[in-house]
Amino acid sequence: MADPETAAEALAREVGTLPGVHSTRVEHGEVIADADRDTLVALMTTLRDDPRFAFEQLMDLCGVDWPDRTERFDVVYNLLSVSLNQRLRVIAATDESTAVPSVCGLWPCATWWEREAWDLFGILFAGQPDLRRILTDYGFEGHPLRKDFPLTGYVEVRYDEDRKQVVYEPVKLTQDWRTFDFVSPWEGVTTLPGDEKVYGARTKVTRNPPQPPPEKS
Amino acid sequence: MSDNILPESEAKRQHVVEIDSHAINFGPQHPAAHGVLRLILEMDGEVVERADPHVGFLHRGTEKLMEYRTYIQNVPYFDRLDYVSPMCEEHTFVLAVEKLLGITVPERAQWIRTLFAEITRVLNHLLNVTTYALDVGAITPSLWGFEEREKLMEFYEAASGARLHSNYYRPGGVNRDLPVGLTERIAEWAETFPKFVDELEELLTANRIWKQRTVDIGIMSAEDALAWGWCGPCLRASGVPWDLRRSQPYDKYAEVDFQIPVGRHGDCYDRYLVRLWEMRESVKIIRQCLAKMKPGPTKVMDNKFSPPRRAEMKRSMEALIHHFKHFTEGFHVPPGATYTATESPKGEFAVYLVADGTNKPYRCKIRPTGFAFLQAMDVLSKRHMLADAVAIIGSLDIVFGEIDR
Repeated sequence: MADPETAAEALAREVGTLPGVHSTRVEHGEVIADADRDTLVALMTTLRDDPRFAFEQLMDLCGVDWPDRTERFDVVYNLLSVSLNQRLRVIAATDESTAVPSVCGLWPCATWWEREAWDLFGILFAGQPDLRRILTDYGFEGHPLRKDFPLTGYVEVRYDEDRKQVVYEPVKLTQDWRTFDFVSPWEGVTTLPGDEKVYGARTKVTRNPPQPPPEKS
Repeated sequence: MSDNILPESEAKRQHVVEIDSHAINFGPQHPAAHGVLRLILEMDGEVVERADPHVGFLHRGTEKLMEYRTYIQNVPYFDRLDYVSPMCEEHTFVLAVEKLLGITVPERAQWIRTLFAEITRVLNHLLNVTTYALDVGAITPSLWGFEEREKLMEFYEAASGARLHSNYYRPGGVNRDLPVGLTERIAEWAETFPKFVDELEELLTANRIWKQRTVDIGIMSAEDALAWGWCGPCLRASGVPWDLRRSQPYDKYAEVDFQIPVGRHGDCYDRYLVRLWEMRESVKIIRQCLAKMKPGPTKVMDNKFSPPRRAEMKRSMEALIHHFKHFTEGFHVPPGATYTATESPKGEFAVYLVADGTNKPYRCKIRPTGFAFLQAMDVLSKRHMLADAVAIIGSLDIVFGEIDR
């Protein structure tokens, strides 16, 4: 087998020449392509049918939420070629209201992954005929994997003995959810006052945003 | 007499039974649904016209919870995903974290992980093959198979302290070394187990009823299997020779010799046969692991990633601080993302891990194997009898802890 690093770089170079690809890079030996949202289906068709790429399988489709960006969601497609033994990650960005073209016409398995991304993030998919919720409860409201959705959720469910039915109530916690600030000088993630020169070269990292308290309804 | 009053055509009409299409709600509490699957089956008589699986009854929000736990605290969540093959799920996560950290695991730890990944594979296939047989009416295999599973879970217990939710793998190695005498016990078991597989096969492989229930049921062609995102034994049963252990090896799989069984027809029977042969191959890998394993460290020696030894903590202040920091704050993972996949017993189990430089994952997407299988349930069971739908579910090897996350 060829050196995996060069094979990955060659794939990144070839994918980079396709229309609709903004940029490509190799990270940890994995090829990543940032793609244009509107021409996604054409790009994916090429990636699937062109013998240079031959990505027969869509192994995974998922969302990532970056609330600070204008287009807050990344839609991540993980493709696998069984015949050429290579992987590719295609990333397209979108926001809450703009739909991403659905790839369910290319890979039938995309339907459930897109339903999941809709359910958990609220990402819309244009041309997806079956955009029902999939993992959350029937009648669930909100998109739980968004960073602004609290970990505890908004409602809790229990069986009411008096009413003889399952009831939904606003979530009540006997103990508040505790978050600890772990960004400490031990790992040196933050810059301590007076230490700017030492830590200046370090990259700034953003942490999980603080938890908003559950809404009282 | 009322019979005589009716005209002849009317009397005839009363004897004609009209069957119109109707829907059956299969599950979520049904023993053959392998968990909490709710299947809406649109029937034409006893023939399935359309199957609509509803999943999510076991959704626990694992991916959300993981964003609020440190990397070490997240390992046990993986035991609870596919609770039939816990260590293989842990394996994927620890490999992903190690990739982002850029650390190399000591030899012995890699061998132990390969060894237990294969023990897990046997554990998983034993459960699947035998309960699948139970679904279509054969009780004996499950009684025998569960006895054999018990022996394997004793190995689990000896190594990790728990029979099921082991929490044994760690980013940087394994929790602790194998206890004295365990390798001998595993070697002893590996001698007798192939005979058990033969006995199991005697019960099923040539069994007339078993073949009537599984041969040519739920056929998936190789092209369709690829399009539906299939992987693992189900994909191999359709005739695609694809195994991540061979094509994208991790840990010590590149150094062991094993065969990959591939089916031809892609029906329920082939999926059963592939799993049966994989158990034999797993035993071969287990023997090689035991032979090639050498004494040595079982986790990275860097105390930034693994806790110091207990004895050291009694004397060294630095070790004590490391211990405290390790179990409260944990280690920070540099920013980056990885899609790391392993060949779990069910197929490609993968983790898409996004780290932001803190001690908690920014996003951890778990790619469950059964999600893709179950989605194809509609095309698999179309125009099959209701009883065949049960055989198809059994042959897909689905576990809801993993699908619903």
